[in-house]
Amino acid sequence: MAMDGKTASADPQLQQFIEIESQKQKFQQLVHQMTEVCWEKCMDKPGPKLDSRTDVCFVNCVERFIDTSQFILNRLEQTQRSRGSFSDSMTD
Amino acid sequence: MDSFGSDFSAGGAGGKMDTGTIMEQVKVQIAVANAQELLQRMTDKCFKKCIGKPGSTLDNSEQKCIAMCMDRYMDAWNTVSRTYNSRLQKERARM
Repeated sequence: MAMDGKTASADPQLQQFIEIESQKQKFQQLVHQMTEVCWEKCMDKPGPKLDSRTDVCFVNCVERFIDTSQFILNRLEQTQRSRGSFSDSMTD
Repeated sequence: MDSFGSDFSAGGAGGKMDTGTIMEQVKVQIAVANAQELLQRMTDKCFKKCIGKPGSTLDNSEQKCIAMCMDRYMDAWNTVSRTYNSRLQKERARM
């Protein structure tokens, strides 16, 4: 999304609305994605109830998925930094 | 999509739509998109789980399996959503 001052003519209420909805949508999208990934890992034959073992598997699956994503991000950042070439663009 | 014909009438007689109207419509479209996403993924997963060899009809046991699969998929979706949400909460508190 454009962050330059030129978009100031847009309705601020609308802008805030879009920002919030975008956040919500990102959340929803990740929930869809993780449900799909963890379904493959955790679900055997669908039974009449979600048994507690499977439920725990889903919880762990989500936590480890996020850990994995963060680990990869951190490691990429580190390797970039030690290599130096893109380090300036990677710092925030 | 005829059912969303309100797109044309809700804005009044031509020209600019007010912010409230736009926000309402965006919300509806987001809800529709999310429902479609869920439907598509659920169909995919439950077809895989329940239809071993596609026969000439969707037989009774397959229908029962699909019904259960749908319910379990929703359970899974809710568990994932809850877990992700509390994780975000925790991380926000840490910052």
